Amino acid sequence: MAYSGTLKQAYRSELNTIEEKGLLKEERYIHSPQAAHIEVEFPQGADLKPVINLCANNYLGLSSHPEVIEAAHQALDARGYGLSSVRFICGTQDIHRELEGRLTEFLRTEDTILFPSCLDANAGVFEAVLGPEDVIISDRLVHASIVDGIRLCKAVTDTYKHANMQHLEQKLEEHQDKRARMIVTDGVFSMDGDLAPLDEIVALGERYDAMVFVDDSHGTGFIGKTGRGVHEHFGVMGQIDVITTTLGKALGGASGGCVSGRKEVVELCRQRARPYLFSNTMAPPIVAGALKVIEILSRSTERRDTLEENTKFWRNGLTEAGFVIRDGESPIVPVMLFNAKLAQDIARDLYAQGIYVIGFFFPVVPQGQARIRTQLSADHDLPMLEQALDAFRKVGEKYGILGLDKKGIIEKYGM
Amino acid sequence: MEDVILEYIRNEYLEDDDDDVELDADTPLISSGIVDSFSMVSLKRFLEKKYDISLPDEDASAEAFDSVRSIITVVKKHGGGGE
Repeated sequence: MAYSGTLKQAYRSELNTIEEKGLLKEERYIHSPQAAHIEVEFPQGADLKPVINLCANNYLGLSSHPEVIEAAHQALDARGYGLSSVRFICGTQDIHRELEGRLTEFLRTEDTILFPSCLDANAGVFEAVLGPEDVIISDRLVHASIVDGIRLCKAVTDTYKHANMQHLEQKLEEHQDKRARMIVTDGVFSMDGDLAPLDEIVALGERYDAMVFVDDSHGTGFIGKTGRGVHEHFGVMGQIDVITTTLGKALGGASGGCVSGRKEVVELCRQRARPYLFSNTMAPPIVAGALKVIEILSRSTERRDTLEENTKFWRNGLTEAGFVIRDGESPIVPVMLFNAKLAQDIARDLYAQGIYVIGFFFPVVPQGQARIRTQLSADHDLPMLEQALDAFRKVGEKYGILGLDKKGIIEKYGM
Repeated sequence: MEDVILEYIRNEYLEDDDDDVELDADTPLISSGIVDSFSMVSLKRFLEKKYDISLPDEDASAEAFDSVRSIITVVKKHGGGGE
């Protein structure tokens, strides 16, 4: 072993710097299943505190749904706990292929391949289908896992200003000399909650002969009238060449992700994508749980409808109370505070009042754009949201920010 | 040359609501996140076209492009800018 004192000291000093800057991430221990109401131990050793959870990706409230749990139990008995193999050796059960088929139908694509996570899907897909003669043109605010995936690929890279179609068009014109062009965007942007204008992006893709890639992890299951995602919302189902998405958010929240899209793209991932070839297959109970989730969503739109109602209520409530929120229609509702310390202080005060939210600041969001990101769930009910709004109002009043715009808050607290 | 490159960077990389970002010849561009490393290709292409030069990849590095001042040095080294 050679873990020298010097190295240990260097790591210690890096950790101290993170802590001194107030950027240390601490985990809170939850003692209950994921739900709208949870019991939290924080700080470590403290008594359990019941809180309303406004920061989970449990958009449809399916993470602890009895039918999903029951399906997972049955699969645990019938198909075992794990498979101890990657897919292509002895890690593919009939239910893995069944889930791929159901996701293909649900997303209205040609084929689907499962990955251990959507981060893995994003890490593998670009390298599998693009090379040095191609170009990837990505929105500047795409998720970190897409950025990592693009880094692993040898294609030329370029970016366009966030959701700026004029800028994207200019880039597409510039790169007409490449073999292939791929436009890359999130469906719902996770920090701002806004939707990529997929109808316009698809039109530009057609005009300039470019594939369209969408990571719809924060949209699959509830955006669009039947919850298929942002492509349904904009009326371009069947026209997205590559969709990556996760089973770790609205679709049960356990783990797993996929690449869904053109048959050849999916098949090339099966042959070449490194996180697929060199990582374990999804565990049977999780596959069965996800199958049940798709069944529940295909049977009724009730959950996404409730989520839509909750989102409207919450957005209106915060606006009427005088908070600055990012406009939009997704259940990701950022309450803008601009100053990192203010975001942390307000999150702490809300926690004391039984509302679990987290402050986000640089480097997770750009400098000077600190915020509290609230996320709605179909599991919330109106009394819970009323209670949360009351707490937000009280805390907003305490800090004197209600009714202030961006400029007013920055004048008072700085950036 | 400084003004031309600064204007290009302002138009190409800053959003409309970035009016509070101060930008001069010494502002770090890539290490500060103003210019993302994925789109350096656009900056390189702009310089090559504008100053009629060809920049080898090793000179168009994140380090060399980290401020307008160092970009000017690279452009001049390759005979751009007419001086």
